[in-house]
Amino acid sequence: MTADVSSSRPLVELKGISKRYGDLLANDQIDLVIDRSEIHALLGENGAGKSTLVKILYGVIEPSAGEILWEGKPVTISSPVEARALGIGMVFQHFSLFDELTVAENIAVALSSDWSLARVRARLGDISRAYGLALEPDRAVWTLSAGERQRIEIVRCLLQNPRLLILDEPTSVLTPQEAEHLFVTLDKLAADGCSILYISHKLEEVRRLCRQATILRGGRVVGTLDPRAKSAREIAALMVGTEVGEVRSGLPHQPRGEMLEVRDLSMPAGGLHGQPLHSINLSARAGEVIGIAGVAGNGQSEFFAALSGERTASRPDSIRIAGKNCGTDGIDARRRLGAAFVPEERLGHAAAPTHRLSENTLISHATAEVSRSGFILLDAARRLAQSIVRGFDVRTPESDPQARKLSGGNLQKFVIGREIIRRPKLLVVDQPTWGVDAGAARLIRQALVDLASEGSAVVVISQDLDELFEIADRMAVIHQGHLSPLRNIGEWTKEAVGLEMLGEAQVHGASHAI
Amino acid sequence: MGRLMRFELTPRASIAPGMRALAPILAFVTSFLIAGIVIWLLGRSPIAAFDVYVIQPLSDPWSIQELLVKATPLALIAIGLSYCFRANLWNIGAEGQYVVGAVLASWLALRTHGTDAGAWVLPAMIVLGILGGMAWGLIPAFLKTRFGVNEILTSLMLVYVAQLLLDYLVRGPWRDPKGFNFPQSVTFDPSATLPTIAEASRVHYGAVFALVAVIVTALVVGRTLFGYRLKLTGDAPRAARFAGFSAKSTTLAVFAISGGLAGLAGISEVAGQIGQLQPSISPGYGFTAITVAFLGRLNPFGILVAALVVALTFIGGESAQILLKLPLDLTQAFQGILLLCVLSADALVSYRIRIVGRGGGK
Repeated sequence: MTADVSSSRPLVELKGISKRYGDLLANDQIDLVIDRSEIHALLGENGAGKSTLVKILYGVIEPSAGEILWEGKPVTISSPVEARALGIGMVFQHFSLFDELTVAENIAVALSSDWSLARVRARLGDISRAYGLALEPDRAVWTLSAGERQRIEIVRCLLQNPRLLILDEPTSVLTPQEAEHLFVTLDKLAADGCSILYISHKLEEVRRLCRQATILRGGRVVGTLDPRAKSAREIAALMVGTEVGEVRSGLPHQPRGEMLEVRDLSMPAGGLHGQPLHSINLSARAGEVIGIAGVAGNGQSEFFAALSGERTASRPDSIRIAGKNCGTDGIDARRRLGAAFVPEERLGHAAAPTHRLSENTLISHATAEVSRSGFILLDAARRLAQSIVRGFDVRTPESDPQARKLSGGNLQKFVIGREIIRRPKLLVVDQPTWGVDAGAARLIRQALVDLASEGSAVVVISQDLDELFEIADRMAVIHQGHLSPLRNIGEWTKEAVGLEMLGEAQVHGASHAI
Repeated sequence: MGRLMRFELTPRASIAPGMRALAPILAFVTSFLIAGIVIWLLGRSPIAAFDVYVIQPLSDPWSIQELLVKATPLALIAIGLSYCFRANLWNIGAEGQYVVGAVLASWLALRTHGTDAGAWVLPAMIVLGILGGMAWGLIPAFLKTRFGVNEILTSLMLVYVAQLLLDYLVRGPWRDPKGFNFPQSVTFDPSATLPTIAEASRVHYGAVFALVAVIVTALVVGRTLFGYRLKLTGDAPRAARFAGFSAKSTTLAVFAISGGLAGLAGISEVAGQIGQLQPSISPGYGFTAITVAFLGRLNPFGILVAALVVALTFIGGESAQILLKLPLDLTQAFQGILLLCVLSADALVSYRIRIVGRGGGK
């Protein structure tokens, strides 16, 4: 639309962008160039720094260092309003829509006040026709599918004539058919001169859409390449790192009794953004650490909820703990069988933020020593909290503080200590060291390994591959609700794990067979 | 968007000791000041109003008894509601549960009227009152747990159903045949009447029930696993599920308790105070009790104090209407101002107000 005098220059150029959070360098000297009409992929594992980078570009967070050039001119983008004024639009992974309002109303509320509802309706028609984004302006949002909701978000951006459209994992909530429909729309948009930054961890999609991809790992750019020109194996290696982890040799323990057996466990998705589980099989023996690897959002929280009993299965024999069928039992019954659980979220799930540590012991010890015939034994609870604090080096600002006053690492030590102190036969942990400082992470991993060597079965669900290679005896990978076969840790290479995480393993295996 | 100024609440790093205790007192002073200005704007003397509202009722023995009589149902209902509110469940229909409790218990009083049935009648009426309120309270709880229906709407709508039921009964089948067509039942027999605590006093045994409810609740909330379950469900529902507390049974339990106590309040009022069934057996106790519960910060002893304070505004309001020709609506307005001031004071103890220049900021 604007003059093409500067068409030789890229649309946007990031130079040396860094973002530091305390000790953590979320983005480290990132360079990224997006040309006009280009669909550029940003690939990487969770925690690689994709979201941070995109939020910097959209003005949500401020970089610690580096500069952004827009059509060759340096700009500072200090809020999404300014980003939109430049011509940057963003479609977030989770939608921000009002369920009770209609499609047109939802679009109008996001625009400036000079957009009347009638004008929105008229332009909605134009855009729907031009890009195949079929939407009925007067339908209420709650009646729409995820794909249709996403179209609203996209149309909202398009109404502001963006020059650059950012999409964050757009297909994570779509059916394959809806996804293909989205790709057609994006191709058309690019052909019309809009650049697109496409964030994903799905290689197949990126290959379908993009000729340029920037791969991030650990906050750094590890490669910029044409995804169609490289093999899945090469790209996976870049994403997860090629260096082989310190593989522990074999199984040091005598294989003992099965503490957890999961047989053909399937479960429907819990909500709009949920991931169904598909016939999962797993076993964990006393004395070993089982690792479950995978990119976030592939069914880890659903699997955790199924194991803990927060969501129950339809068949009792789909989950056996310590030899007893308990698939249809709740979390209390499973605790009584000797199981213990640590969920991913510390505040609000594992612990109540505004409750004192002594009260928080009641959450998983209610059936045990801190209560008698319905009455709370306050002294016993305080003593228990004290021994967890001492035993697991939990640093507290005062004696018996509220859970929210602890730092992430210290609270995590507390909630893991709270379960380990019960000497469980089976411990299931979801993301044990997520967002925890290095010292606490080391202590937690050591505690998990120690628990296993004392004869418990430990199941660790984690996105941190290095962690799993360090502590797991056997490992499996979860991808879109499917669990790969469980193999000894020595049989896994990081590359093989990367392929499983991308869902490329079967494809790859097939090509080998030919 | 653009250059809007807005206010943000940020948590205070440390809370000054004593502020928590001082906050309600400051809130009271502030609400009296605001009410004083309103009365002054209405062209009356705020000082005379303060005298009529507060000083006179507290210096007259008859008024003090009246205070206890009015505080009784408020405290009973608010104690029940505190169970719901702690668990973040919204029973707005205590007024209906109060009415149904009174109606069910009155059925027995009317059935045994003039039969010399004996001493079992009154205890049986109390049990029926509790059961009636409980059943009415369990309807929204059941609809919520079974179908996910919002309990605020259903509990509120059931109030009107209950009031119409009462209205029908006292105008129709239960009307006193010798009552000159007034819509009211016969006066209850002595065996169906809740006695007063002392001779020639107006304070009936409902006040004792309220006191017992306060003490038992203090124990339940502070010392039992059930009390912790409510707190956890209200503060961190996912953690409550993780602890193995079923949200469904919590919902059913708290609605049963609050409905039961509202029903007990209903029958205590009818059998202890009014002595018969009539179209209006409550000046909105069930709704005012919501204010009382929050004024008392859901603490059982706080609720007891709050019930007395709110009862005072009822009595003061009535005399202000007579003596100063002030509108009765002012009483409700004052109760609202009081609640707002107490809640704001509470918030300001834990949070600091910050004015943010333009959208976002740091």
